[in-house]
Amino acid sequence: MTDQKDDVYGDHISHKFNSELNELKTEFLKMGGMVEAQVEQAVKSLIDSDAELAEKTRLKDKEVDKLEKALDEEATLIIARRQPTARDLRLVISVIKMVADLERVGDEAKKIAKLALKLSEEGQAPRGYVEVRHISEHVLHMLHDSLDAFARLDSVQALQIMKEDKRVDEEYQAAARTLLTFMMEDNRNISRCMSVMGVLRALERVGDHACNIAENVIFMVEGEDVRHTPVEEAEKIVGG
Amino acid sequence: MNTMNATVTSEADMSETENTPLPETKPAEATIEEGVTVGQPFADDAKFQLRNVEVLYGENRAIKNISLDIARNEVIAFIGPSGCGKSTFLRCLNRMNDSIDICSVKGSLQLEGQDLYDPKRDVVELRARVGMVFQKPNPFPKSIYENVAYGPRIHGLANRKSDLDDIVENSLRKAGLWEEVKDRLDATATGMSGGQQQRLCIARAIAVSPEVVLMDEPCSALDPIATAKVEELIAELSESYTIVIVTHSMQQAARVSHRTAYFHLGHLVEVNDTNKVFTSPEHELTESYITGRFG
Repeated sequence: MTDQKDDVYGDHISHKFNSELNELKTEFLKMGGMVEAQVEQAVKSLIDSDAELAEKTRLKDKEVDKLEKALDEEATLIIARRQPTARDLRLVISVIKMVADLERVGDEAKKIAKLALKLSEEGQAPRGYVEVRHISEHVLHMLHDSLDAFARLDSVQALQIMKEDKRVDEEYQAAARTLLTFMMEDNRNISRCMSVMGVLRALERVGDHACNIAENVIFMVEGEDVRHTPVEEAEKIVGG
Repeated sequence: MNTMNATVTSEADMSETENTPLPETKPAEATIEEGVTVGQPFADDAKFQLRNVEVLYGENRAIKNISLDIARNEVIAFIGPSGCGKSTFLRCLNRMNDSIDICSVKGSLQLEGQDLYDPKRDVVELRARVGMVFQKPNPFPKSIYENVAYGPRIHGLANRKSDLDDIVENSLRKAGLWEEVKDRLDATATGMSGGQQQRLCIARAIAVSPEVVLMDEPCSALDPIATAKVEELIAELSESYTIVIVTHSMQQAARVSHRTAYFHLGHLVEVNDTNKVFTSPEHELTESYITGRFG
Protein backbone atom coordinates (compact mmCIF):
# COMPACT_ATOMS: atom_id res chain seq x y z
CA MET A 1 0.00 0.00 0.00
CA THR A 2 1.20 3.50 -0.75
CA ASP A 3 1.10 6.45 1.64
CA GLN A 4 -1.99 7.67 -0.11
CA LYS A 5 -5.17 7.48 1.90
CA ASP A 6 -7.39 5.03 0.17
CA ASP A 7 -10.51 5.73 2.15
CA VAL A 8 -12.72 8.15 0.33
CA TYR A 9 -14.77 8.65 3.44
CA GLY A 10 -11.95 9.91 5.61
CA ASP A 11 -10.41 8.28 8.62
CA HIS A 12 -12.02 6.83 11.69
CA ILE A 13 -10.50 7.25 15.09
CA SER A 14 -10.18 3.47 15.06
CA HIS A 15 -7.62 2.41 12.47
CA LYS A 16 -8.80 -1.13 12.74
CA PHE A 17 -12.33 -0.10 11.79
CA ASN A 18 -10.91 1.85 8.86
CA SER A 19 -9.02 -1.10 7.57
CA GLU A 20 -11.99 -3.41 8.04
CA LEU A 21 -14.19 -1.18 5.91
CA ASN A 22 -11.45 -0.79 3.31
CA GLU A 23 -10.96 -4.52 3.22
CA LEU A 24 -14.68 -4.95 2.62
CA LYS A 25 -14.57 -2.51 -0.30
CA THR A 26 -11.46 -4.06 -1.77
CA GLU A 27 -12.81 -7.59 -1.55
CA PHE A 28 -16.09 -6.48 -3.08
CA LEU A 29 -14.28 -4.92 -6.02
CA LYS A 30 -12.22 -8.05 -6.36
CA MET A 31 -15.38 -10.11 -6.58
CA GLY A 32 -16.76 -7.60 -9.06
CA GLY A 33 -13.69 -7.90 -11.25
CA MET A 34 -14.00 -11.66 -11.08
CA VAL A 35 -17.59 -11.88 -12.29
CA GLU A 36 -16.94 -9.22 -14.90
CA ALA A 37 -14.18 -11.39 -16.32
CA GLN A 38 -16.43 -14.42 -16.03
CA VAL A 39 -19.15 -12.87 -18.19
CA GLU A 40 -16.58 -11.65 -20.69
CA GLN A 41 -15.06 -15.12 -21.01
CA ALA A 42 -18.44 -16.83 -21.20
CA VAL A 43 -19.43 -14.66 -24.16
CA LYS A 44 -16.04 -15.15 -25.78
CA SER A 45 -16.31 -18.90 -25.42
CA LEU A 46 -19.68 -18.77 -27.13
CA ILE A 47 -18.63 -16.62 -30.04
CA ASP A 48 -15.34 -18.47 -30.59
CA SER A 49 -16.99 -21.86 -29.97
CA ASP A 50 -14.26 -22.44 -27.44
CA ALA A 51 -15.40 -25.40 -25.30
CA GLU A 52 -12.32 -25.33 -23.13
CA LEU A 53 -12.81 -21.69 -22.18
CA ALA A 54 -16.50 -22.34 -21.53
CA GLU A 55 -15.63 -25.13 -19.12
CA LYS A 56 -13.06 -22.95 -17.38
CA THR A 57 -15.61 -20.17 -16.99
CA ARG A 58 -18.14 -22.54 -15.56
CA LEU A 59 -15.72 -23.72 -12.89
CA LYS A 60 -14.80 -20.16 -11.94
CA ASP A 61 -18.18 -19.90 -10.27
CA LYS A 62 -16.93 -21.82 -7.23
CA GLU A 63 -14.38 -19.09 -6.49
CA VAL A 64 -17.06 -16.43 -6.79
CA ASP A 65 -19.30 -18.31 -4.39
CA LYS A 66 -16.46 -18.56 -1.92
CA LEU A 67 -15.86 -14.82 -2.05
CA GLU A 68 -19.57 -14.21 -1.59
CA LYS A 69 -19.54 -16.13 1.67
CA ALA A 70 -16.34 -14.44 2.85
CA LEU A 71 -17.76 -10.99 2.15
CA ASP A 72 -21.02 -11.75 3.92
CA GLU A 73 -19.11 -12.96 6.92
CA GLU A 74 -16.91 -9.88 6.97
CA ALA A 75 -19.96 -7.61 6.78
CA THR A 76 -21.67 -9.52 9.60
CA LEU A 77 -18.59 -9.20 11.78
CA ILE A 78 -18.37 -5.46 11.16
CA ILE A 79 -21.98 -5.04 12.25
CA ALA A 80 -21.42 -7.18 15.33
CA ARG A 81 -18.17 -5.52 16.36
CA ARG A 82 -18.56 -1.93 15.29
CA GLN A 83 -22.27 -1.17 15.14
CA PRO A 84 -21.68 1.07 12.14
CA THR A 85 -23.89 4.10 11.64
CA ALA A 86 -24.77 6.50 8.82
CA ARG A 87 -22.53 6.15 5.74
CA ASP A 88 -20.64 3.22 7.27
CA LEU A 89 -23.92 1.43 7.91
CA ARG A 90 -25.11 2.20 4.39
CA LEU A 91 -21.85 0.88 2.98
CA VAL A 92 -22.08 -2.41 4.88
CA ILE A 93 -25.77 -2.94 4.11
CA SER A 94 -25.22 -2.10 0.44
CA VAL A 95 -22.28 -4.46 0.16
CA ILE A 96 -24.37 -7.30 1.57
CA LYS A 97 -27.01 -6.65 -1.08
CA MET A 98 -24.61 -6.03 -3.95
CA VAL A 99 -22.68 -9.20 -3.19
CA ALA A 100 -25.89 -11.12 -3.84
CA ASP A 101 -26.19 -9.33 -7.18
CA LEU A 102 -22.63 -10.16 -8.13
CA GLU A 103 -23.16 -13.76 -7.24
CA ARG A 104 -26.19 -13.86 -9.52
CA VAL A 105 -24.14 -12.30 -12.30
CA GLY A 106 -21.71 -15.15 -11.79
CA ASP A 107 -24.60 -17.58 -12.14
CA GLU A 108 -25.68 -15.95 -15.40
CA ALA A 109 -22.11 -16.25 -16.70
CA LYS A 110 -22.20 -19.92 -15.78
CA LYS A 111 -25.47 -20.29 -17.66
CA ILE A 112 -23.97 -18.67 -20.75
CA ALA A 113 -20.92 -20.91 -20.51
CA LYS A 114 -23.14 -24.00 -20.36
CA LEU A 115 -25.10 -22.87 -23.41
CA ALA A 116 -21.81 -22.12 -25.16
CA LEU A 117 -20.72 -25.70 -24.50
CA LYS A 118 -23.99 -27.05 -25.87
CA LEU A 119 -23.85 -24.85 -28.95
CA SER A 120 -20.23 -25.69 -29.67
CA GLU A 121 -21.07 -29.40 -29.55
CA GLU A 122 -23.89 -28.91 -32.04
CA GLY A 123 -21.46 -27.04 -34.26
CA GLN A 124 -23.84 -25.27 -36.63
CA ALA A 125 -23.51 -21.88 -38.26
CA PRO A 126 -23.86 -19.04 -35.76
CA ARG A 127 -27.19 -17.25 -35.58
CA GLY A 128 -27.85 -14.16 -33.50
CA TYR A 129 -24.22 -13.83 -32.42
CA VAL A 130 -24.07 -10.25 -33.62
CA GLU A 131 -26.86 -9.44 -31.19
CA VAL A 132 -25.16 -11.39 -28.41
CA ARG A 133 -21.94 -9.50 -28.94
CA HIS A 134 -23.73 -6.20 -29.04
CA ILE A 135 -25.74 -6.71 -25.86
CA SER A 136 -22.82 -8.29 -24.03
CA GLU A 137 -20.68 -5.25 -24.74
CA HIS A 138 -23.41 -3.03 -23.44
CA VAL A 139 -24.09 -4.91 -20.20
CA LEU A 140 -20.41 -5.47 -19.49
CA HIS A 141 -19.93 -1.78 -19.80
CA MET A 142 -22.76 -1.21 -17.33
CA LEU A 143 -21.34 -3.75 -14.90
CA HIS A 144 -17.91 -2.19 -15.15
CA ASP A 145 -19.32 1.28 -14.61
CA SER A 146 -21.40 0.17 -11.65
CA LEU A 147 -18.27 -1.15 -9.93
CA ASP A 148 -16.45 1.99 -10.89
CA ALA A 149 -19.26 4.11 -9.45
CA PHE A 150 -18.97 2.07 -6.25
CA ALA A 151 -15.21 2.56 -6.05
CA ARG A 152 -15.54 6.31 -6.60
CA LEU A 153 -18.84 6.73 -4.73
CA ASP A 154 -20.10 8.44 -7.85
CA SER A 155 -23.90 8.69 -7.75
CA VAL A 156 -24.04 10.57 -11.07
CA GLN A 157 -22.37 7.69 -12.86
CA ALA A 158 -24.68 5.28 -11.03
CA LEU A 159 -27.71 7.20 -12.26
CA GLN A 160 -26.42 6.87 -15.82
CA ILE A 161 -26.43 3.09 -15.42
CA MET A 162 -30.03 3.15 -14.25
CA LYS A 163 -30.90 4.95 -17.47
CA GLU A 164 -28.92 2.50 -19.60
CA ASP A 165 -30.94 -0.41 -18.31
CA LYS A 166 -33.98 0.61 -20.32
CA ARG A 167 -31.93 0.61 -23.51
CA VAL A 168 -30.66 -2.89 -22.81
CA ASP A 169 -34.24 -4.05 -22.42
CA GLU A 170 -35.06 -2.55 -25.82
CA GLU A 171 -32.05 -4.17 -27.41
CA TYR A 172 -33.07 -7.49 -25.91
CA GLN A 173 -36.56 -7.18 -27.37
CA ALA A 174 -35.13 -6.34 -30.80
CA ALA A 175 -32.70 -9.27 -30.66
CA ALA A 176 -35.50 -11.63 -29.65
CA ARG A 177 -37.49 -10.52 -32.67
CA THR A 178 -34.53 -11.17 -34.95
CA LEU A 179 -34.12 -14.65 -33.55
CA LEU A 180 -37.81 -15.25 -34.04
CA THR A 181 -37.47 -14.52 -37.74
CA PHE A 182 -34.62 -17.03 -37.99
CA MET A 183 -36.84 -19.61 -36.36
CA MET A 184 -39.69 -18.87 -38.74
CA GLU A 185 -37.39 -19.09 -41.74
CA ASP A 186 -36.35 -22.62 -40.97
CA ASN A 187 -37.65 -24.68 -38.09
CA ARG A 188 -34.37 -26.57 -37.84
CA ASN A 189 -33.03 -23.34 -36.34
CA ILE A 190 -35.42 -23.46 -33.41
CA SER A 191 -33.41 -25.43 -30.88
CA ARG A 192 -30.30 -23.45 -31.56
CA CYS A 193 -32.08 -20.12 -31.53
CA MET A 194 -33.67 -20.99 -28.21
CA SER A 195 -30.21 -21.51 -26.75
CA VAL A 196 -29.06 -18.16 -28.06
CA MET A 197 -32.21 -16.64 -26.65
CA GLY A 198 -31.17 -18.08 -23.28
CA VAL A 199 -27.83 -16.35 -23.63
CA LEU A 200 -29.51 -13.05 -24.43
CA ARG A 201 -31.83 -13.44 -21.49
CA ALA A 202 -28.86 -14.10 -19.19
CA LEU A 203 -27.11 -10.99 -20.50
CA GLU A 204 -30.19 -8.92 -19.99
CA ARG A 205 -30.24 -10.12 -16.38
CA VAL A 206 -26.60 -9.08 -15.97
CA GLY A 207 -27.73 -5.59 -16.96
CA ASP A 208 -30.45 -5.73 -14.31
CA HIS A 209 -27.93 -6.67 -11.64
CA ALA A 210 -25.61 -3.87 -12.71
CA CYS A 211 -28.59 -1.58 -12.34
CA ASN A 212 -29.25 -2.92 -8.82
CA ILE A 213 -25.64 -2.24 -7.89
CA ALA A 214 -25.99 1.28 -9.24
CA GLU A 215 -29.11 1.81 -7.11
CA ASN A 216 -27.19 0.68 -4.06
CA VAL A 217 -24.37 3.09 -4.86
CA ILE A 218 -26.90 5.92 -4.93
CA PHE A 219 -28.21 4.72 -1.56
CA MET A 220 -24.69 4.66 -0.14
CA VAL A 221 -23.86 8.13 -1.36
CA GLU A 222 -27.15 9.98 -1.05
CA GLY A 223 -28.82 8.03 1.75
CA GLU A 224 -31.98 7.62 -0.34
CA ASP A 225 -33.43 4.35 -1.52
CA VAL A 226 -34.07 4.69 -5.27
CA ARG A 227 -35.26 1.15 -5.90
CA HIS A 228 -38.66 1.01 -7.59
CA THR A 229 -38.39 4.74 -8.13
CA PRO A 230 -38.86 6.42 -11.52
CA VAL A 231 -35.58 7.59 -13.03
CA GLU A 232 -36.80 11.21 -12.93
CA GLU A 233 -37.10 11.05 -9.15
CA ALA A 234 -33.74 9.39 -8.79
CA GLU A 235 -32.38 12.20 -10.93
CA LYS A 236 -33.72 14.76 -8.46
CA ILE A 237 -32.14 12.90 -5.54
CA VAL A 238 -28.76 12.68 -7.20
CA GLY A 239 -28.95 16.20 -8.58
CA GLY A 240 -30.12 17.75 -5.30
CA MET B 1 -6.88 3.52 -3.85
CA ASN B 2 -3.96 1.96 -5.64
CA THR B 3 -4.33 -1.26 -3.78
CA MET B 4 -7.97 -1.43 -4.61
CA ASN B 5 -7.40 -0.96 -8.32
CA ALA B 6 -4.43 -3.24 -8.46
CA THR B 7 -6.58 -6.11 -7.29
CA VAL B 8 -9.27 -5.34 -9.79
CA THR B 9 -6.98 -4.74 -12.71
CA SER B 10 -5.58 -8.21 -12.31
CA GLU B 11 -9.08 -9.58 -12.79
CA ALA B 12 -10.47 -7.23 -15.36
CA ASP B 13 -9.44 -4.14 -17.17
CA MET B 14 -10.17 -1.14 -15.03
CA SER B 15 -7.12 0.76 -16.18
CA GLU B 16 -8.94 3.91 -17.17
CA THR B 17 -9.95 4.50 -13.58
CA GLU B 18 -6.48 4.15 -12.23
CA ASN B 19 -5.07 7.63 -12.25
CA THR B 20 -8.20 9.61 -11.59
CA PRO B 21 -8.19 11.30 -8.21
CA LEU B 22 -11.04 10.28 -5.96
CA PRO B 23 -13.72 12.84 -5.39
CA GLU B 24 -15.41 13.42 -2.04
CA THR B 25 -18.93 12.05 -1.82
CA LYS B 26 -20.59 15.23 -0.77
CA PRO B 27 -19.03 18.64 -0.50
CA ALA B 28 -17.80 18.91 3.06
CA GLU B 29 -20.41 20.90 4.93
CA ALA B 30 -18.30 20.88 8.02
CA THR B 31 -18.91 24.54 8.68
CA ILE B 32 -21.19 25.80 11.41
CA GLU B 33 -23.19 28.94 11.04
CA GLU B 34 -24.01 30.43 14.40
CA GLY B 35 -27.67 30.16 15.33
CA VAL B 36 -28.40 27.83 12.43
CA THR B 37 -29.53 24.29 13.20
CA VAL B 38 -29.94 21.76 10.42
CA GLY B 39 -32.97 19.44 10.46
CA GLN B 40 -36.04 19.84 12.61
CA PRO B 41 -35.32 21.75 15.80
CA PHE B 42 -38.91 22.93 16.19
CA ALA B 43 -42.02 21.04 17.21
CA ASP B 44 -45.74 21.74 17.12
CA ASP B 45 -46.55 20.56 20.61
CA ALA B 46 -43.71 22.22 22.49
CA LYS B 47 -43.21 21.66 26.19
CA PHE B 48 -40.10 23.77 26.19
CA GLN B 49 -39.71 26.63 23.77
CA LEU B 50 -36.11 27.78 23.79
CA ARG B 51 -35.02 30.69 21.63
CA ASN B 52 -31.61 32.25 21.08
CA VAL B 53 -30.25 30.74 24.26
CA GLU B 54 -26.76 31.79 25.29
CA VAL B 55 -24.91 30.55 28.34
CA LEU B 56 -21.81 32.34 29.54
CA TYR B 57 -19.29 31.22 32.11
CA GLY B 58 -17.76 34.61 32.78
CA GLU B 59 -16.50 35.69 29.37
CA ASN B 60 -16.66 32.23 27.92
CA ARG B 61 -19.67 31.45 25.72
CA ALA B 62 -20.55 27.85 26.47
CA ILE B 63 -23.83 27.91 24.53
CA LYS B 64 -24.02 29.97 21.38
CA ASN B 65 -27.41 31.13 20.19
CA ILE B 66 -29.36 27.90 20.33
CA SER B 67 -33.05 27.64 19.48
CA LEU B 68 -34.92 24.43 20.09
CA ASP B 69 -38.35 23.08 20.92
CA ILE B 70 -38.77 20.04 23.13
CA ALA B 71 -42.10 18.39 22.46
CA ARG B 72 -44.51 16.99 25.00
CA ASN B 73 -43.88 13.31 25.82
CA GLU B 74 -40.90 13.04 23.56
CA VAL B 75 -37.56 11.53 24.42
CA ILE B 76 -34.88 13.77 23.04
CA ALA B 77 -31.22 12.85 23.28
CA PHE B 78 -28.39 15.38 23.39
CA ILE B 79 -25.16 14.03 21.97
CA GLY B 80 -21.80 15.53 21.13
CA PRO B 81 -18.14 15.43 22.08
CA SER B 82 -16.99 16.39 25.58
CA GLY B 83 -17.26 20.09 26.24
CA CYS B 84 -19.79 20.70 23.49
CA GLY B 85 -22.28 22.22 25.91
CA LYS B 86 -24.90 19.50 26.00
CA SER B 87 -24.90 19.16 29.81
CA THR B 88 -24.77 22.94 30.27
CA PHE B 89 -27.80 23.27 28.03
CA LEU B 90 -29.63 20.50 29.86
CA ARG B 91 -28.99 22.20 33.18
CA CYS B 92 -30.61 25.40 31.90
CA LEU B 93 -33.90 23.57 31.72
CA ASN B 94 -34.37 23.41 35.49
CA ARG B 95 -31.98 26.22 36.38
CA MET B 96 -29.32 23.98 37.82
CA ASN B 97 -26.79 26.48 36.50
CA ASP B 98 -28.06 29.03 39.03
CA SER B 99 -25.72 27.61 41.63
CA ILE B 100 -22.70 28.57 39.53
CA ASP B 101 -21.87 32.20 40.28
CA ILE B 102 -20.14 33.13 37.06
CA CYS B 103 -22.76 31.46 34.91
CA SER B 104 -25.35 33.60 33.17
CA VAL B 105 -28.16 32.50 30.86
CA LYS B 106 -29.58 34.72 28.11
CA GLY B 107 -32.36 34.33 25.62
CA SER B 108 -35.92 33.14 25.92
CA LEU B 109 -36.53 29.88 27.77
CA GLN B 110 -40.16 28.97 28.24
CA LEU B 111 -41.85 26.03 29.88
CA GLU B 112 -45.44 25.86 28.71
CA GLY B 113 -45.34 29.50 27.76
CA GLN B 114 -43.90 30.66 31.10
CA ASP B 115 -40.49 32.20 31.43
CA LEU B 116 -38.13 29.82 33.21
CA TYR B 117 -35.83 32.62 34.30
CA ASP B 118 -38.49 34.94 35.62
CA PRO B 119 -36.95 36.33 38.86
CA LYS B 120 -40.28 35.75 40.61
CA ARG B 121 -40.32 32.10 39.72
CA ASP B 122 -40.04 29.61 42.57
CA VAL B 123 -37.05 27.45 41.65
CA VAL B 124 -38.00 24.68 44.05
CA GLU B 125 -41.40 24.39 42.41
CA LEU B 126 -39.74 24.45 38.99
CA ARG B 127 -37.45 21.58 39.94
CA ALA B 128 -40.42 19.59 41.13
CA ARG B 129 -41.90 20.01 37.65
CA VAL B 130 -38.61 19.40 35.91
CA GLY B 131 -36.84 16.59 37.74
CA MET B 132 -33.29 15.47 37.24
CA VAL B 133 -31.30 12.26 37.34
CA PHE B 134 -27.54 12.53 37.47
CA GLN B 135 -24.64 10.60 36.09
CA LYS B 136 -23.76 8.92 39.36
CA PRO B 137 -26.58 7.61 41.49
CA ASN B 138 -26.79 9.91 44.50
CA PRO B 139 -29.29 8.49 46.96
CA PHE B 140 -29.59 10.17 50.33
CA PRO B 141 -27.91 8.17 53.08
CA LYS B 142 -31.31 7.15 54.35
CA SER B 143 -33.70 4.27 53.87
CA ILE B 144 -35.09 3.33 50.48
CA TYR B 145 -38.51 4.50 51.62
CA GLU B 146 -37.25 7.87 52.85
CA ASN B 147 -35.39 8.51 49.60
CA VAL B 148 -38.61 8.36 47.64
CA ALA B 149 -40.84 9.91 50.31
CA TYR B 150 -38.65 12.95 50.85
CA GLY B 151 -39.77 14.96 47.81
CA PRO B 152 -43.51 14.38 48.13
CA ARG B 153 -43.26 15.24 51.81
CA ILE B 154 -41.50 18.58 51.41
CA HIS B 155 -43.75 19.50 48.49
CA GLY B 156 -46.79 18.64 50.59
CA LEU B 157 -48.07 16.09 48.11
CA ALA B 158 -49.30 13.67 50.77
CA ASN B 159 -51.31 14.46 53.85
CA ARG B 160 -51.50 11.04 55.34
CA LYS B 161 -49.02 8.25 55.82
CA SER B 162 -51.11 5.96 53.61
CA ASP B 163 -50.97 8.52 50.75
CA LEU B 164 -47.24 8.68 51.08
CA ASP B 165 -47.03 4.90 51.09
CA ASP B 166 -48.98 4.86 47.84
CA ILE B 167 -46.71 7.42 46.22
CA VAL B 168 -43.61 5.49 47.28
CA GLU B 169 -45.01 2.22 45.98
CA ASN B 170 -46.17 3.75 42.68
CA SER B 171 -42.89 5.51 42.07
CA LEU B 172 -40.90 2.39 42.82
CA ARG B 173 -43.17 0.39 40.54
CA LYS B 174 -42.76 2.87 37.72
CA ALA B 175 -39.03 2.73 38.19
CA GLY B 176 -39.21 -1.06 37.95
CA LEU B 177 -37.75 -1.44 41.41
CA TRP B 178 -40.73 -2.39 43.57
CA GLU B 179 -40.40 -6.16 43.28
CA GLU B 180 -36.75 -5.99 44.22
CA VAL B 181 -37.09 -3.77 47.29
CA LYS B 182 -40.64 -4.15 48.63
CA ASP B 183 -39.45 -6.32 51.51
CA ARG B 184 -36.65 -4.04 52.57
CA LEU B 185 -37.97 -0.52 52.29
CA ASP B 186 -36.29 0.35 55.57
CA ALA B 187 -32.89 -0.82 54.43
CA THR B 188 -30.37 1.89 53.70
CA ALA B 189 -30.31 2.99 50.05
CA THR B 190 -26.55 3.11 49.83
CA GLY B 191 -26.43 -0.65 50.28
CA MET B 192 -28.14 -1.23 46.94
CA SER B 193 -26.33 -2.06 43.71
CA GLY B 194 -25.41 0.80 41.36
CA GLY B 195 -28.19 -0.02 38.93
CA GLN B 196 -30.75 -0.21 41.73
CA GLN B 197 -29.51 3.07 43.18
CA GLN B 198 -29.94 4.76 39.81
CA ARG B 199 -33.45 3.43 39.43
CA LEU B 200 -34.13 4.60 42.97
CA CYS B 201 -33.00 8.08 41.94
CA ILE B 202 -35.39 7.88 39.01
CA ALA B 203 -38.15 6.78 41.41
CA ARG B 204 -37.25 9.73 43.62
CA ALA B 205 -37.41 12.09 40.66
CA ILE B 206 -40.82 10.87 39.52
CA ALA B 207 -42.29 10.71 43.07
CA VAL B 208 -43.06 14.43 42.92
CA SER B 209 -45.02 13.93 39.66
CA PRO B 210 -42.76 15.98 37.42
CA GLU B 211 -43.70 16.84 33.85
CA VAL B 212 -40.17 16.54 32.59
CA VAL B 213 -37.28 14.32 33.62
CA LEU B 214 -33.79 15.47 32.72
CA MET B 215 -31.17 12.75 32.65
CA ASP B 216 -27.49 13.57 32.58
CA GLU B 217 -25.69 10.43 31.39
CA PRO B 218 -27.88 8.25 33.60
CA CYS B 219 -26.24 4.99 32.57
CA SER B 220 -22.59 5.86 32.36
CA ALA B 221 -21.85 4.28 35.74
CA LEU B 222 -24.00 1.20 35.16
CA ASP B 223 -23.34 -2.27 33.80
CA PRO B 224 -25.10 -3.41 30.60
CA ILE B 225 -27.96 -5.18 32.36
CA ALA B 226 -28.70 -2.23 34.64
CA THR B 227 -28.40 0.02 31.57
CA ALA B 228 -30.93 -2.09 29.69
CA LYS B 229 -33.32 -1.79 32.63
CA VAL B 230 -32.98 1.98 32.77
CA GLU B 231 -33.48 2.21 29.01
CA GLU B 232 -36.59 0.07 29.28
CA LEU B 233 -37.76 2.41 31.98
CA ILE B 234 -37.17 5.46 29.79
CA ALA B 235 -39.39 3.94 27.11
CA GLU B 236 -42.17 3.36 29.65
CA LEU B 237 -41.82 6.75 31.27
CA SER B 238 -42.04 8.52 27.93
CA GLU B 239 -45.73 7.70 27.86
CA SER B 240 -46.35 10.17 30.65
CA TYR B 241 -43.26 12.36 30.84
CA THR B 242 -41.08 14.44 28.59
CA ILE B 243 -37.54 13.12 28.81
CA VAL B 244 -34.34 14.90 27.92
CA ILE B 245 -31.29 12.68 28.08
CA VAL B 246 -27.64 13.57 27.70
CA THR B 247 -25.62 10.54 26.74
CA HIS B 248 -22.13 9.68 25.64
CA SER B 249 -23.35 6.42 24.24
CA MET B 250 -24.55 7.00 20.71
CA GLN B 251 -26.06 3.55 20.63
CA GLN B 252 -28.10 4.50 23.66
CA ALA B 253 -29.33 7.67 21.98
CA ALA B 254 -30.24 5.56 18.96
CA ARG B 255 -32.12 3.08 21.12
CA VAL B 256 -34.12 5.29 23.43
CA SER B 257 -34.79 8.65 21.80
CA HIS B 258 -37.31 9.94 19.29
CA ARG B 259 -35.20 12.91 18.27
CA THR B 260 -31.48 13.43 18.56
CA ALA B 261 -29.73 16.77 18.91
CA TYR B 262 -26.09 17.05 18.01
CA PHE B 263 -24.05 19.71 19.85
CA HIS B 264 -20.64 20.91 18.76
CA LEU B 265 -18.51 23.58 20.48
CA GLY B 266 -21.55 25.25 21.99
CA HIS B 267 -23.57 25.17 18.76
CA LEU B 268 -26.61 23.06 18.09
CA VAL B 269 -25.60 21.64 14.74
CA GLU B 270 -28.40 19.27 13.88
CA VAL B 271 -31.68 18.06 15.34
CA ASN B 272 -33.51 15.32 13.53
CA ASP B 273 -35.55 12.23 13.89
CA THR B 274 -33.26 9.71 15.59
CA ASN B 275 -33.72 7.19 12.77
CA LYS B 276 -32.53 9.78 10.30
CA VAL B 277 -29.58 10.89 12.39
CA PHE B 278 -28.21 7.38 12.63
CA THR B 279 -28.81 6.33 9.02
CA SER B 280 -28.29 9.48 7.00
CA PRO B 281 -27.60 12.61 9.01
CA GLU B 282 -27.80 15.93 7.20
CA HIS B 283 -24.76 17.67 8.59
CA GLU B 284 -21.22 16.59 7.84
CA LEU B 285 -20.16 17.11 11.47
CA THR B 286 -22.97 14.93 12.81
CA GLU B 287 -21.94 12.26 10.34
CA SER B 288 -18.30 12.46 11.38
CA TYR B 289 -19.18 12.26 15.05
CA ILE B 290 -21.60 9.37 14.97
CA THR B 291 -19.42 7.31 12.65
CA GLY B 292 -16.43 7.80 14.91
CA ARG B 293 -14.36 9.94 12.55
CA PHE B 294 -13.62 12.79 14.85
CA GLY B 295 -10.21 14.25 15.42
